[in-house]
Amino acid sequence: MTVESKKYKWVGTSPVRPDGNDKVTGRAKFGADLMLPGMLTGKVLRSPHAHANIKSIDTSKAEALPGVKAVITSADVAELESEWVPAGELQLNFRDLAHNIMANGKALYDGHAVAAVAATSAAIADAALDLIKVDYEVLPHVIDVEEAMEADAPVLHADMFTDGVTPKPTKASNIFKEVDIAVGDVEAGFAKADLVVERSFKTAPVHQAYLEPHAAVASFSEDGQAELWCCTQGHFVVRAYCAKLLGMDIADLRVTASEIGGGFGGKTTVYLEPVALMLSRKAGKPVRAVMTRDEVFRASGPTSGAASWVKVGVTNDGTIVAGEAILKYQAGAFAGSPIQPGCMCAFAPYDIENVKVKGYDVVTNRSKVAAYRAPGAPISEHAVESVIDEIAKKLGMDPIELREKNAAREGTNAAYGPKFGVIGFADTLAAAKAHPHYSAPLGPNQGRGVASGFWFNIGGSSSATVNVNEDGTLALATGSPDIGGSRASMAIMAAETLGIEVTDVRPIVADTASLGYTFLTGGSRVTFATGMAVIEASKKIALELRERAAKTWDISVDAVIWEDGLAKPAGANAGDFEPLTLADLAAKANQTGGPISSAASLNAEGAGPGFGTHICDVEVDPETGAVKVLRYTAVQDCGQAIHKAYVEGQIQGGAAQGIGWALNEEYIYDEKGRLDNASFLDYRIPVASDLPMIDTVIVEVANPTHPYGVRGVGEVPIIPPMATVANAIDSAIGIRLTELPMSPPRVLAALDNGS
Amino acid sequence: MARIILTSGLGNQYAGGQTEFEIEAVDVRRLVAVLEERFPGIGPEINREMAVAIDGLIYQDPFLERIESDSEVYFLPRIGGG
Amino acid sequence: MAKIHVTTTINGEPVEFLCEPQQTMLDVLRDELRLTGSKEGCATGDCGACSVTVGDRLVCSCLMLGAEAEGQEIETIEGMADGDTLHPLQQKFLEEAALQCGICTPGVLIAAKALLAKNPDPSESEVRYWLAGNLCRCTGYDKIIRAVMDCAADMRGA
Repeated sequence: MTVESKKYKWVGTSPVRPDGNDKVTGRAKFGADLMLPGMLTGKVLRSPHAHANIKSIDTSKAEALPGVKAVITSADVAELESEWVPAGELQLNFRDLAHNIMANGKALYDGHAVAAVAATSAAIADAALDLIKVDYEVLPHVIDVEEAMEADAPVLHADMFTDGVTPKPTKASNIFKEVDIAVGDVEAGFAKADLVVERSFKTAPVHQAYLEPHAAVASFSEDGQAELWCCTQGHFVVRAYCAKLLGMDIADLRVTASEIGGGFGGKTTVYLEPVALMLSRKAGKPVRAVMTRDEVFRASGPTSGAASWVKVGVTNDGTIVAGEAILKYQAGAFAGSPIQPGCMCAFAPYDIENVKVKGYDVVTNRSKVAAYRAPGAPISEHAVESVIDEIAKKLGMDPIELREKNAAREGTNAAYGPKFGVIGFADTLAAAKAHPHYSAPLGPNQGRGVASGFWFNIGGSSSATVNVNEDGTLALATGSPDIGGSRASMAIMAAETLGIEVTDVRPIVADTASLGYTFLTGGSRVTFATGMAVIEASKKIALELRERAAKTWDISVDAVIWEDGLAKPAGANAGDFEPLTLADLAAKANQTGGPISSAASLNAEGAGPGFGTHICDVEVDPETGAVKVLRYTAVQDCGQAIHKAYVEGQIQGGAAQGIGWALNEEYIYDEKGRLDNASFLDYRIPVASDLPMIDTVIVEVANPTHPYGVRGVGEVPIIPPMATVANAIDSAIGIRLTELPMSPPRVLAALDNGS
Repeated sequence: MARIILTSGLGNQYAGGQTEFEIEAVDVRRLVAVLEERFPGIGPEINREMAVAIDGLIYQDPFLERIESDSEVYFLPRIGGG
Repeated sequence: MAKIHVTTTINGEPVEFLCEPQQTMLDVLRDELRLTGSKEGCATGDCGACSVTVGDRLVCSCLMLGAEAEGQEIETIEGMADGDTLHPLQQKFLEEAALQCGICTPGVLIAAKALLAKNPDPSESEVRYWLAGNLCRCTGYDKIIRAVMDCAADMRGA
């Protein structure tokens, strides 16, 4: 496919989003906003222990409480085979998923669900939870990733024998899998190096911290069919998981995605959804379950905490000759951390002949990790980008020039193997270097840092339907939950393809029964892949409209073109006809063949990799160790921005999350392995007064596989900030911080030790 | 003959540590069949877990994609995202 | 325990409701009155998604009891537009893409309106500190701060 080079009418503009009005007036319906007649309240009892055998659960008193309509435990959850399925996301094991939504025999983390109730009021549901007696045998626990790898660590799963090691171990451990990536010969590479820098790093687990807690409303009918309303990044994925967990036919479950109040990867799996369905099935009434913020922190999401070691060798002219890394990622209570992409991304931005990366996927007594923006990449790239900065400083080279010298370009073999196609990494570096920010003066205790980031971006299955309404306006439906303004992008691409006004397109997110399968909103895939389905469906409409005009004029369809929103004769030979608008053709649709509609389903391949380069100025308070971000600029190759303002918004939001990861955010546990900071007061995401404006520079190196040149946008911007901030702090105080978050106590300790 | 590169994991588990091959196959389906014939068990594993990059373009669910005689085909793990 | 009868004014309309003594104003708004525009992000007063004004005070409705609404004038996001005319802040947020997922937006708008009532010409820093109690995880705040300041400028000029 070639990239259309003509000037666009809508692509790259920023029209008001079609769903915006409802979101500024409070009318938009999010997960917890649906109420059904006779609806019960569902609540979940959670383990207070990090690791414990569940010897027995007595629910009899809860069941006897007036107003309680259903109680479930793992006895109500069918046992599933251990079966890894390509979930597209982190790989998924259905047995583990079943055990995560309801602990089976063993509670594996503080917050692990052990029972659930449905009652006629929230107060009765709470009282019922208090009446459930669980007899726990508390076991030793382990949370730190390196401690979990030790030979004498408490073992979470007696049947876990490390994958990827030959011969396969016979002793169970917490290491689920080892991953290896190797290109060239690192030993030979290091032998050629004039300078070798190696460092160890630690990063804390951080939560996606979407503002909207998980919520689900389930309604089961007597005939076994069910409806589910929930806030999710992928209602088709929810349907698949829930059908499997409840032993249902997929056709019997219809899932509607509510408006979603943030997800960032954390709403790509299920927690409450199958539980609400099971409660509804048992009670015979609709059930709504909503997590508290405490439950969100303890039982859903975060990303891995990790320990990393990175070694990079360069020659005196700045050529990187070898890169090596060892990465250890927490998976949480069940196997499946983002170690694989973490390993693949570590050195991906650079053209290096000799690379070796070893990764470990390690279970620990913590909630199972969920995807978080570019899963795995921020951790490994933080370590590598910190070492690259240190090398630049030791060589006395400008850090952007060092990156330019080694940057992957079109035709470079990525460190994970294949050649890159058209990529814009070097363009982001050039734009960053030319930005006024990069040469602005700095004051005392201030420093500037730079770092880059890489993410694959993905495509995948998407569907779209277009219906031409009787008046010529369009109803556009996709199956992609709109997490950050994607309906606006879909309307833009449909309007651009058909040459009509963007306000004539009304985009919605349709439920699972209304159109073809659509994989979840994640992997920076929606504007790329679902956009391709929208363009495809719009092109089918254009063809159909030409056919209708041809019938109207009684000429051949080949003699009709569709241009600027009008059917026109292809040339003088085609005849002399007044062009027809969509409204004209829609009005006559019944005379020319009936309603005009189209559908497109596809599996979009050929996603374009994304790169970003960030610049940050910080000031370090030598008295308190507090780090203030003074100025921030994020440059990113987006291929082609469809809705410019929401592309900027993705970059700004990702950068802000990365700054939080760098400076404030972490899971803190007490000595019993209980999460100590499960609230927004104590788990501190950046607030408005913590941040400066975040300048964005959108570089557009079109992705040749997309009709408008789209790459993904949403994930890349969370990758560079941690190293950008660390490199800026190092520039300010001359101390390399290797542990995240770089919170005031840690910075102060470093200042005290350093001076 | 196309140049085929397996991950080191696949190579170690099924191909005695070898990761590079020259194989004649017109599409991914036939390539995987050839690999399965040589290294029993590798086919299902590829179908379950692997994407391929053909001359730099990544396909997450490969099957019918054409392979040219001078193509470079890398197997790599499927990628998700947040 | 007997429910409490409360008479109050919400968005200019007289309202009566019954609530449990321990029921928060947020729960009353959402569950009893079906005004679901106010959102629960934390229920501990840390996120600001449930912001409403009580008289001229900006409060987290999750930290207020329903019973405390007696005799008060309460404004929620549902009362911000004037008929089918959006408040200038609502309009500006749309024009400048100052929202992504939109879950924090009702609270941010209520808080921003309260700010501009007290200070029609706030500095960037004043906007940032005023809105520090309204968490947003999507936008990085940039476009929110700009929209509030641009709207303030428009309203001063009007």
